[in-house]
Amino acid sequence: MKAAINKMIPLSVVDGPGCRTAVFVQGCNIACAYCHNPETQRLCNGCGICVSQCPAGALSLSGKNVIWDEAVCTQCDHCIRVCPNYASPKVRWMEAVDVWEQISKNIPFIQGITVSGGECGLYPEFITELFTLAGNAGLSCFLDSNGCVDFTKHPKLMAVTDKVMLDVKAWDSQVFHRLTGKDNSVVKKNLNYLAKVGKLYEVRLVCLDGESSSGPSEDKEVDMEDVIRGVAAEVNPYLEDFKLKLITFRNYGVRGKMENRKSPTQNQMEKLKELAVQCGFKEIQIV
Amino acid sequence: MNKILDIVTSKNLTYEQKVVALAHAAENSLEVLSIPERTHHYMDTGAICDLDEGHAPYRPRYIMPDYEKAVKNGCEFLQMEAPKDLDEVLQYLTILYRHVPSITSYPVYLGNIDKLIEPFLNGVTDEEAEKKLKLFLIYLDRTITDGFCHANLGPEETRAGRLILKLEKELQNAVPNLTLKYDKDITPDSYAELALYTSLYCANPAICNHKMHKDTYGDYGISSCYNILPIGGGSYTLARIVLPRLAAEAKGREQFLTELLPDCLSCMGDYMNERIRFLVEESNFFETSFLSTEGLISRDKFLAMFGVVGLAECTNMLMGDPQKTYGHNEEADDLAEQIMQVIADYAGSVKAVYSEVFDNHFALHAQVGIDSDHGITSGVRIPVGMEPELMYDHLRHSARFHKFFPTGCADIFSFDPTGRNNPAAMLDIVKGAFSLGDKYISFYASDSDLVRITGYLVKRSEMEKYYEGEAVLQNTVHLGGDNYRNAHLENRKVRGLQ
Repeated sequence: MKAAINKMIPLSVVDGPGCRTAVFVQGCNIACAYCHNPETQRLCNGCGICVSQCPAGALSLSGKNVIWDEAVCTQCDHCIRVCPNYASPKVRWMEAVDVWEQISKNIPFIQGITVSGGECGLYPEFITELFTLAGNAGLSCFLDSNGCVDFTKHPKLMAVTDKVMLDVKAWDSQVFHRLTGKDNSVVKKNLNYLAKVGKLYEVRLVCLDGESSSGPSEDKEVDMEDVIRGVAAEVNPYLEDFKLKLITFRNYGVRGKMENRKSPTQNQMEKLKELAVQCGFKEIQIV
Repeated sequence: MNKILDIVTSKNLTYEQKVVALAHAAENSLEVLSIPERTHHYMDTGAICDLDEGHAPYRPRYIMPDYEKAVKNGCEFLQMEAPKDLDEVLQYLTILYRHVPSITSYPVYLGNIDKLIEPFLNGVTDEEAEKKLKLFLIYLDRTITDGFCHANLGPEETRAGRLILKLEKELQNAVPNLTLKYDKDITPDSYAELALYTSLYCANPAICNHKMHKDTYGDYGISSCYNILPIGGGSYTLARIVLPRLAAEAKGREQFLTELLPDCLSCMGDYMNERIRFLVEESNFFETSFLSTEGLISRDKFLAMFGVVGLAECTNMLMGDPQKTYGHNEEADDLAEQIMQVIADYAGSVKAVYSEVFDNHFALHAQVGIDSDHGITSGVRIPVGMEPELMYDHLRHSARFHKFFPTGCADIFSFDPTGRNNPAAMLDIVKGAFSLGDKYISFYASDSDLVRITGYLVKRSEMEKYYEGEAVLQNTVHLGGDNYRNAHLENRKVRGLQ
């Protein structure tokens, strides 16, 4: 089974517990306004705009396919910036066994692997195959998901997945829709399901500047306090079983209406953490 | 006499540094060692380097007193009884340290400091202990003005160790260097993670592979720049073979391996034996030092460290192909291993005098370099700026070459500060590396004021003062400042970055 692979990071200290190899799949089922790697959102449609603009001459067009010559590429990422389609020509369709062959070279330095994206949930069969191989080698297998694919419908994948890191981007469905273009009922369903089966590693909230100001939620992009309270109420019996990660919004890589948006202050982040403590979360990390 | 006058009138030496430099100049006015012509040749080319140890050895280079014994028995010469509480043990140790000589005139080894203190923490609250330990640590940093000073922690978790780690993070001291002896079957993950977390704030402690060192000679300590030595003994001397300087006179690979290298090794071994002979037979050190007469050290626990430096450049010179370099090419690494094997065979076969503790042989040591080295990489390290893209490849390469060195071989990694949020990741890397045979790893954060030079620590801010011509407290700031510039350490590859 193949998946479109955007990149692999052999040594990651930010994708779950311990040292991990992170695999980023290409393609996403939502489009967050603050996405910091928008080039992972869609698959290349072969328009060829990037080909003539590549300073290293590493790209060529073959029919409707952009061919990427990794040996010539200088990783300047100009192709990604000029792509009008939120895609990347530097994507490879890879078999799970081939991805595994590369990851296995990182043993004994890693304790596990994490599949992120894009949205990992778009490739359940591929990941099931990859996680089976990795699990057999003693590695822990984590998913990093936006929660918009219903995990209860993928029992085989869940059987080989140790834990999931779940984004909860907004609690109010209208706010969520404005931010991502999609509905968040599946996110809440996943939150419940993962907490109940003990597969929730962390819930991640991207915190924007000014969201804690008062007023009706329609006036704001995301009400972070609403998200914290919402998650706490939804999975209240399980708050000691997973970590709450409060992610400070940074505009690196962001395109569109939020690309010049300021980061929240440390003080704002600490206030959110205080609220999370009051709501009963036990392990809270600000990054 | 101009050199003496230069020392006396120097503007960037402290009074104390002048006294040490004057003593060194006096020693070097003697010629008591018998050195053959051939050896002089290698010394002139710099292929054999005596690290400026001095012309008339009158104390061993590195001394590793048995502090446990001293604390248990008291010290007659210093007129001190065995300490009975925390105040007494801290005062006892500070006094004792003052009287432990070394090549730098400062103690290079302060003991398994957590274990020395731990028994005296009973009934003392954390708050009380922290206050006392803080004063103790500040005293050490400000009076042992030499970054080669080293103390050890672990492998067991101790309360004293935790308190010291906490204080070091806060104090940002360059002295002492700390090393955690790490054994995955003894050291709890949480303690090792605390140590690694701390190292991303103050570049201390480094991590030593306890499993690989615990049986070398029984109880061991780490002194100075990763010298793994027997407790109650130490190292008489450390000379080094500077491989690229030797390779410069090679007539091809074969001649280097079969003629030149063995000849130079033989000269260096003879020279080291001559130093040991004078120290043991003529200097009267072991007859007169209270450390020796009271059994805190014992002559038969000393060995001699046979230093190797610049394997990378030597290999690259002999390969003569910029496409095939050490750390990046199998053929080059095979040649490097061949070179190391010749050295190891020499060390394993030739007699080192008065070296019973190491089976009467020289003990190989990956010497980390000195301030005046240009284009010569520490021991068997891969040159700064040429490190493999992937840290795992780097560590695998290290494991292949660390195996030759019983008395210390280490790598230094500049790590991205995000590691502070996930010390477990660093521990995974350490565990993986140690399982492959890496012997010693140290980290510092790429944004930290304290940086590890070749083994010792120096503050970037102090180096800046030195560059401006100011006198600075620690003599290692001079060495580190020059080394940092000459070896371009700012180019060290930062690991853990995405």
